Amino acid sequence: MVSPDSENIRFDLRIIASMIDPECRVLDLGCGNGDLLAWLAANKNVIGTGVEQDKKKAAHCISRGLSVLQGDLNEEVEDYPDCSFDYVILSQTLQQVFEPARLLNSLARIGRKVIVSFPNFSHHSIRLQLLFKGVAPKSDELPYSWYDSPNIRVITLKDFRKFSRDVGYNILKEITISTNPANNEGSIIRYFTDIRATYGIYIIEKIRS
Amino acid sequence: MIKTTTSQESSVGIVEKKYYTFANPPEELVLESGARIGPVTIAYETYGQLNKQKDNCILLAHAFSGDSHAAGFYATDGEGDKPGWWDFLVGPGQGIDTDKYFVICPNILGSCMGSTGPSSINPKTSRPYALDFPMMTIGDMVVTQKALIDHLGISSLLAVIGGSVGGMQVLEWCVRFPDFIRAAVPIATTMRHSALAIAFNEIARQSIMADPNWKQGKYYGGNKPDMGLAVARMVGHVTYLSDEAMRRKFGRKLQDKASFSFGFDGDFQVESYLRHQGSKFVTRFDANSLLYITKAADYFDVVEQMSNPDFLKGSGTKQTKYLVVSYSSDWLYPTYQAKELVKSLKRCSQDVSFCEIEADCGHDAFLIPDQRFTTLIGGFLDGIS
Repeated sequence: MVSPDSENIRFDLRIIASMIDPECRVLDLGCGNGDLLAWLAANKNVIGTGVEQDKKKAAHCISRGLSVLQGDLNEEVEDYPDCSFDYVILSQTLQQVFEPARLLNSLARIGRKVIVSFPNFSHHSIRLQLLFKGVAPKSDELPYSWYDSPNIRVITLKDFRKFSRDVGYNILKEITISTNPANNEGSIIRYFTDIRATYGIYIIEKIRS
Repeated sequence: MIKTTTSQESSVGIVEKKYYTFANPPEELVLESGARIGPVTIAYETYGQLNKQKDNCILLAHAFSGDSHAAGFYATDGEGDKPGWWDFLVGPGQGIDTDKYFVICPNILGSCMGSTGPSSINPKTSRPYALDFPMMTIGDMVVTQKALIDHLGISSLLAVIGGSVGGMQVLEWCVRFPDFIRAAVPIATTMRHSALAIAFNEIARQSIMADPNWKQGKYYGGNKPDMGLAVARMVGHVTYLSDEAMRRKFGRKLQDKASFSFGFDGDFQVESYLRHQGSKFVTRFDANSLLYITKAADYFDVVEQMSNPDFLKGSGTKQTKYLVVSYSSDWLYPTYQAKELVKSLKRCSQDVSFCEIEADCGHDAFLIPDQRFTTLIGGFLDGIS
């Protein structure tokens, strides 16, 4: 199996990779070309599985030796037994999900911990566009026009924190980052995160009563 | 670099059909039905070299009308003879790389391509078995393959790969000998036949049995039920294609004429194609074998076993790695059936990959050269640790 250089992996995925313990079981939803899974397998001995809707990308993953299912992530997560994974990763996809609460519930069922990342809609560039230009904001992270966007919802860091509390999750860790346009470089943001972070990354787990 | 074209350097070259005979009476093979049969001969071919550790062996399971000739040419082949049925996939530097792997392809029990089947001589009567041949199952086929592998001194298979009825054999390997295989690649297949698939098989069987030459199967030495067998093949062929493929290939085009003949001579290209496929088939296939093998495919059902982790785990030391492949236009074993298999494997916590390949050629797509398929299989095999 060929492992990608870590510099070639998206910055948010590099942060996610650093959060994952060695030799655990990981499910990567929307795994794309499988860079994260390949890196985790090569460097952390992780037993990884991916789900990818795109047939070409899924086939590419399988042909590089990864275990990947081609299909819709909303459906694919239903069939696993409880706690099949140590981590379930949903990176940059939440803004495209029809039923986020239902999906998160499934993820928390099949995984002990869930890692969620999404572009932060309260970033200052987005606030300013709306305030001064009066147009639906676009950014490097959310580059689409209102009429061709696959993103059916917008989420801010605050929204997600509240949502997590409301539907019964503990936020174990929050990492907020600011990335360059290509999203291959970036830095961790510690202050004024709501307006400065381009992405939020959360490790959450279900509050079990 | 993986190639799909057959040039000299990517071909296994001249190959030879070999035979293994076992289960000589009184130690006959006991079939799933309880019936006994012996001796049993299995025809097979091998490509590549078995390594010292004997851990580079891949078994190919052929589809219902296939044979052991998966790749290469026979020394006796003439000018127009085609290479083996997976020649684009099996060879040096190809998806199933014979520079790395030792590949075995056995002919299934019940067939007529060298292995024991209804056209073989029954030692008790010194005549062909015909309908005295015991009903064998897909599981029985796999038991004979295991006997062959044991005979060759191989104690584990790197992978079992097969499409259609070959894919059913792959699944039987998974539930019968999970400790014996490290990877399984069921392609364009199902855990059990749908009513649609059984219906088409029944039409094929009825067409043979309605042929006056069939004579309760006792036609050997006389006129064969060629018409019935040809029609059976025509029905089969329709199920292997797809609406899209037939539209693209034939549409409503006429064969060698500009206008309708207003008769039954066959005006449309699709009619002429099916007639050609039918008449070609009768020269190489035995009608009784078709009856037996289609019935075995109809009886096949591993839903219960594939839903039980105990069956798939074996002794539990090493997990089998699965790659399930389906084709978007396959209406004989549609993608939803492949997904049911994937679902079962996930529920049993198995290591499974799945990919639907976009292709308009229907069920037969797995027999058509396709770089995506070659790369997929080659990469998957590389990844088996």
